[in-house]
Order: sequence, then C-alpha cells, then structure tokens
Amino acid sequence: MNNLALIATVLIVMALAYQLGLTRSKAVAGSGERLHSRPGYYGVLVALWCGLPALLLFILWSVFEPGIIDLLVFQQLPPEVAAFSEREQQLVMRRIAALAAGQNVADPQDFERLAASQQARLEMLGHLSMLATMSIVAVVGLVVARRHVTPRLRARNHVEKAITALLATCSGVAILTTVGIILSMIGEAMNFFRFVSPVEFFFGTTWNPRFSSSGAGGQGEYGLLPLLWGTLMVSIIALLVAIPLGLMTAIYMAEYAPAWLRSVAKPVIEVLAGIPTIVYGFFALIVIGPFLSGFGELVGLNIRTTSALTAGLVMGIMIIPFVSSLSDDIITQVPKALRDGALGLGATKSETIRQVVLPAALPGIVGAFLLAASRAIGETMIVVLAAGNNPVLHANPFEAVSTITVTIVNQLTGDMDFASPQSLVAFALGLTLFVITLGLNVIALVVVRRYRQQYE
Amino acid sequence: MTTLTIEAREVRRRERLETIEKSLDRRHAKERRFRRMGLAAVTTGMVLVVILFSSILMRGLPAFWQATFYLDIHFDPEVVQVEARPVQEAGERAADFRDRDLAWQSQVGLVNWQQLIDDALEAELGEEIEARQTRDLRALVTSGERRALRDRFIDDPSLLGETKRLKLLASANVDVWIKGNIDRDLPDAQQQLSAQTREWADALHERGVIRNAFSTALFLNPDSRSSLASAGLAGAFMGSLFMMLIVIVLSVPIGVASAVYLEEFAPKNRLTDLIEININNLAAVPSIVFGLLGAAIFIGYLRLPLSAPLVGGLVLTLMTLPTIIIATRASLRSIPPSIRQAALGIGASRIQTVFHHVLPLALPGILTGSILGVAQALGETAPLLLIGMNAFVSNVPGSPLDQATALPVQIYLWQGNELRNFFEARTSAAIIVLLALMLSLNALAIWLRKKFETRW
Repeated sequence: MNNLALIATVLIVMALAYQLGLTRSKAVAGSGERLHSRPGYYGVLVALWCGLPALLLFILWSVFEPGIIDLLVFQQLPPEVAAFSEREQQLVMRRIAALAAGQNVADPQDFERLAASQQARLEMLGHLSMLATMSIVAVVGLVVARRHVTPRLRARNHVEKAITALLATCSGVAILTTVGIILSMIGEAMNFFRFVSPVEFFFGTTWNPRFSSSGAGGQGEYGLLPLLWGTLMVSIIALLVAIPLGLMTAIYMAEYAPAWLRSVAKPVIEVLAGIPTIVYGFFALIVIGPFLSGFGELVGLNIRTTSALTAGLVMGIMIIPFVSSLSDDIITQVPKALRDGALGLGATKSETIRQVVLPAALPGIVGAFLLAASRAIGETMIVVLAAGNNPVLHANPFEAVSTITVTIVNQLTGDMDFASPQSLVAFALGLTLFVITLGLNVIALVVVRRYRQQYE
Repeated sequence: MTTLTIEAREVRRRERLETIEKSLDRRHAKERRFRRMGLAAVTTGMVLVVILFSSILMRGLPAFWQATFYLDIHFDPEVVQVEARPVQEAGERAADFRDRDLAWQSQVGLVNWQQLIDDALEAELGEEIEARQTRDLRALVTSGERRALRDRFIDDPSLLGETKRLKLLASANVDVWIKGNIDRDLPDAQQQLSAQTREWADALHERGVIRNAFSTALFLNPDSRSSLASAGLAGAFMGSLFMMLIVIVLSVPIGVASAVYLEEFAPKNRLTDLIEININNLAAVPSIVFGLLGAAIFIGYLRLPLSAPLVGGLVLTLMTLPTIIIATRASLRSIPPSIRQAALGIGASRIQTVFHHVLPLALPGILTGSILGVAQALGETAPLLLIGMNAFVSNVPGSPLDQATALPVQIYLWQGNELRNFFEARTSAAIIVLLALMLSLNALAIWLRKKFETRW
C-alpha cells in the first residue's frame, strides 16, 4: 500500500509538472514567437521528464534493494550460521524478515533479534534514500525540462516518440508471458528431472506418485504414458462427437439454412462456447454420467458414472461451436464459381458440397479440427470432475481414466512445496502439455493461413 | 469415318438419358438425406443447449428458496446475562473504550444463544423437551443462527427482554427433508435426521413455522463449513469482483496499446512477425498452463500470497491479454484506410491520426472484445486451483491481498461437498448466478456491437 501511495504521489507531481510546462509554454508563446507544438505537448513533455526517471528509479530500486539488504544482513550474522545448510539459512533469513516486519516468531534467538533490528534500520534507510533520490531526480528533471521549453523545441515529436515506445513496451508483455511460461516450465521441470530421469518419465507405464509426506523413501513412480493415453482417449471421444456434429452444422448453416434459421441457430449454438467449463463438468457429473450408466445397464454394459466416455462426450459438446464456427467461415470462403461450376454440370447440392466444396475447403477444415483437438487436450475442469481419476493404462472407454491436466491439478493443489518431485512433476506435465498444444496450434495456424491465401 | 448411324446415336442418347433419369431418384433421396443430417446436427446442438440450461435451472432454482423458521425469539434476561453495552465516557481514550467494548462483546459471545432458539422451538412445539432430546431439537435450526442472534444483539442491545419474530434458517438436512430431496421411505439408519427431528420438522412445516423463504443467505453470506445451510456466495463474489477489476485495469490498457502498436506502428519485420505468431499461440495455450506460470512466478519466485485475488487477477490478465489484442486488432483493421489517409493528408501526425480518429471509431469493437475477454476470465477455474484459490475461506475478502476464492472455484468446492442432496441444488444455484453474470456481460457486448456497429 505504501508503494501505491508513492506511485500516486509521483502521478500527482507529474500532473503539477504538466501544469508548469503548460503555463511556461504559454508564457513563451505570449512573447510573440510561434510555438512548434500545441502547449499541451510541452506540458506532457515536462511531466514525462519529471516523472519517468523517478518511476524507473523506483522500479530498479524495488528490484535490487531486497537482495542487497539480505546480503548485508547475512554478512553480519555470526559465523556459525554460515555453516548451516542452504535450507536452514533460508529459514533463518525468513525469521529475521518476519521479526523485522514486527511479526511474532517462535523463540527468537539473540542474533536473530539483532539482525532483525539491523534489517529494519537498513530498510528504513533504503526507503528514505530512495525517496530522497527520487525527489532529486524528479526536481532536476522538472527544472531541466522547464528550461528547455522554447518555441523551437519540437515537443510533439518527443512526446509521440515516448508514446510509441510505451505502446511497443506493452506489446512486449505478450512476449514476456511466453518467455515466462517457457522458462518457468523448463526450470521447474529440470528440477523434477533431478529426481526422476526423463526416460522414466516419458516412457514409464506406471503412475504412482506417493504423497510427499511418506518420507524420502516414498518417491513414487512417474510414468507419463497412462496420463497421455487417458488424455488421448478423452480427446478422441470428444472429437468423434464434435467433428460430425460441428461439421454438419457448419455445412447446413453455410449452404442450406434460410436466413432466419441461421440468425437464430448460430447464436444459440455459440452460447455453448461461452459457458464456463466448470459448468460442463458439473453437467457431466450430474446429468450425463448417470444417464450413460443407466443406459449402459439397459443394454448390459458396465459404464461408470465418471468415465472417459462421460468426459469425452461432454467435452465434445463443448467444442461443437468451436468446430462449427471455424468450418463455417472456411466453407463460406470457398469461391462461388466452384459451386456454380458443379451445379451447372448437373450435380445436386449435396454432391457439390461433398465433391467440390469440401475438398476445396479441406486444408482449412483440417486446421479447425487440429485447433479443436488442442483445445480438447488442454481442457481441465470437465475431466477433473467427470473422468474419474484412475491413471492406469487400459483401453476401455467405459472405465475411469486420468489425464495430464487432471494430474497437474491433483499434484499442485494443496501444498506449495517446490522441492518435492510430487509437486514438481506438475511442471514437467505442464511442459509436455504446452509442447503438444503448441505443436498442434502452429500446424493448424500454418494450414489455415495457407488456405486463406489460396482464395484471397 | 463414323460408323454409327444417326439412329444408333439416337439410341445411345436415349439410353444415357434413361440411366440419368433412373439415378435421379436415388440422387435426390441422397440429397434429402444429407440435408436432413445437417438439420439434425443443428437441432442436436440447439437441443443440447436447452437440455443443459433446463437441467441446471431445474436443479438450481429451488435452492434460491430455503426452509426457514419463523420463530418468536424471546431475548430472555435469564439467559442473556450481560451488562449494558459500555458507553464512551467523557475524557476516556478511544483505545480504552474500544477495549471495554470488546470485552463486553466477548462477554456477549459467552451467552448460550442456542438456549433462546431451543426455548422458542419448545414453545412452538408445545411440549416439554427432555434432556436426551436436545440433540434432535438442535438438528432443526442451522448452527450459524446462534452467531447471527449474537450479532443481532450486539448491533441492538435494547433487544434484551424483548420478543421478536425472526427468520432463522433451517439446517441443511431439514431443508432436504422438507423439499423431499431425500427418499422419505428410507429406513432410519440411512436418514440423516433422527425420526424425532423429522417428525418435528413435518409438524412445524404443517403449521407454517417452517416456510420456504427466499434465501438471502445465498447472496449475503460467505462460505461456511460448520453451518452448511448458511453457506453463501458473498466471499466468492467479492473475490471474483477483485479479480475482474484487476483484469480490467491491467489487460484492457495493455492489450489495446499493444494492438495499436502492432496494427498501426510496428514495422513489418521478423520481430513483429514473431510477436504476432506468439500472440496467436498464447490465445490457444490451455488455461491451466497460465496457472502453472502463476504458481511458479508469482507464488514461487515473487512470493506473493497464496489464494489472493491479486495473484488470480494477474494470472487471468495474462490469459485475457491475447483475446483483447486479437479483438482490438480486428476492430482496428476494419476501419477503412481512407480515414487514416484523410487525417494524414491534412497534416496530422501518425499518433494524432490513431488517437483522434482511428481509435474512437474502433472503440465499440474494442469494448465488445474486452467485455467478452473479461466474461471468459470470470468463468475460468483451472488456473485458480493452482494458485491456492480453492482454499476454504469463511469470510468476505476486504482487499485483493486477502485470502479469497472465486465464483467458479466455489462451484467446484460445493460440488465436492459430501452432503450431496443439499449441495447439488446449491451448486446449481451458484452456477445460475455465474451464468447470469456472464450472460449479462455478453448481452452488454452484443448491445454495444448492435448500437455502434458501422458498415463502411
């Protein structure tokens, strides 16, 4: 909250600086010379000169200060602490930090109290010197910029350059996100592979991660294959539901449906895409699961309420609008000339669609299917609720399965201990999932893009 | 050269016509079949939407009304033996007064409030309750109500000695019994309530002491484990609200800025190509991967608090960014180049062109895309499970740094509750609330699009 107040102060100062720049430029303009830019730009420029360096300084300071203070405090600790293991050292530092923040710590040692008071002093000192430096930088920036306000200063160009830089920085956030995903996944997955070899992970056929509380001996087995198979089974069932339904819907909407039906049915079906997946999961658990197992009893099949079939079926329903709207776009993009040619030769409409339109649209449609597949593979809540949790290799869709996403949730909810293979495995699984979906997406995007170019 | 006579040709022509005629019926039948398949697919999609909504509504709507006792509670001075609430004396320090007041409040907390409820029930039943029956009696009213009585008294100490008609929630099991959500013919051993309690509940229901009243608890209370009947959505709602505020404040400006940069300013080179591909891919990355990112970076590295809406908001921001960027870019692209050329032609700079002319025209599309992105974030569950937002939180969060959960996560938690026949309806009610919020966001987006849509 303190930092928020600080940033707010900087913003207020910037507003004042804007006013100063504005009046200054008006005064300059009043002396008869013509300004290069409108007065507002001079105000913004002065405000930027005043605020930006101070804010930058604040960010750098906040990033580096804790590390430096930690280092200084650590050096003051008695020599026996240096002999502790890394983990114990971290614990001591955390206790000191808590003491310094005024919290209660179970029986604090003398050296800890001392270090805590020192840390508190250093923090206070750091904070004050940061405030001082920031004020100096802001004032210097303000004065320098204000002095530079002359009719010949191209204020607008400078301000616009700053705005463009800001915009470019924003588009860097997306890149940073990807980098963050990749780095954090790879980093934590590497930590996991220190416990379990990659060969064991990628080719193991048993999934049995014991609980981390069962001690060092209970490391468990981490074979990916049962989870991968479960994921594939559920996704294939989902695609078997979604592709025929979605594709036929798209064909009917694009080629046959009268305008009124299109305008009603399209939004209704697209509602399916907006429903949160947790709702589908609940729907699967409460409606579809019991229905399927009842149906199974009727025909003499043993279908479990939570099974690959239940999850796959509901997931299929979820991706129908995805398949149908993508395919619809692609089918309507096929040039009319192709259709007219086929119809002119005497083909019926369905023959035209099946033998001319669909082959022409095939690459795009395949792309749509791949995107749907990637969505199915990454789907989490439906399978968490409706697939049962049974990480065993088997080929029976009526039985419970487990998937990569379910296992990530199971392994990483509860305790946040980033040191045990039990929770680190979530990142290895996440990396696998990321690579699979990324691969599918890239192929799909390339295919769809090439298809678009073909008819543009 | 030709050996065929004119007659022979005529014969062959007729034969060919006959084959075509003969095949026509088959082909037309095929056409009709194809067409019907398409219609069937569209109908299936729409029927699925209807089934999904009606099954949720049917289960959830009754949960908005809850079995409620209308009891005359007598604040008996015999039972409520407390002094008058302290009043701040002249010259007394505020802190001292607060201490005295808190002491009084804890004294109030020690009162046997359950006794008041027991007495009221006894009076209502008109029979002497033996000591061994107190257990059965106390199963009627949910346990949270005695705390509610205490809070009511603290707010208004003048109730002492008064008799007031109050609405008290029945316990979850009584609610289930009254609504008939449990098989009434089950043997005693399988019933959750004792035979005596059931008899009382029926008697009171018949006399109108227990009525089905609209449940404000569902909206006003946070989650509860000890008093299931008073578990509500307020905590989850506030958690979601904080997260959505963070998402709106961060992802809309950053998303729009990066879209503007990529669409209007970025030079066409390798780097911008990379950013573009990257954004398209991020949009298709499974949401759970963002959860892993949050767990590793925000919690593991930056040590932000677990279960905080701040972290949830940041994770959802990163997840929503690509959606907003893509929508904004599409909206910018639909502005005809003539607008830009006109502005540039009369001497506007590129920044001025974009900010004064292009952006305002693109605003409806940007708003629509942003609202849809936020709605999507509102329904997201999986990433929140990985950053600890599935913790049980029994109070309403007051800031984005408090522990909290979110609406979809609350649904996830409730569907797993063991008291199935109470929480199935409760969960469906929560889903209705979530869907209502999301649908109104979507409706807002559609309304905006319709209202401001321009065809160039």
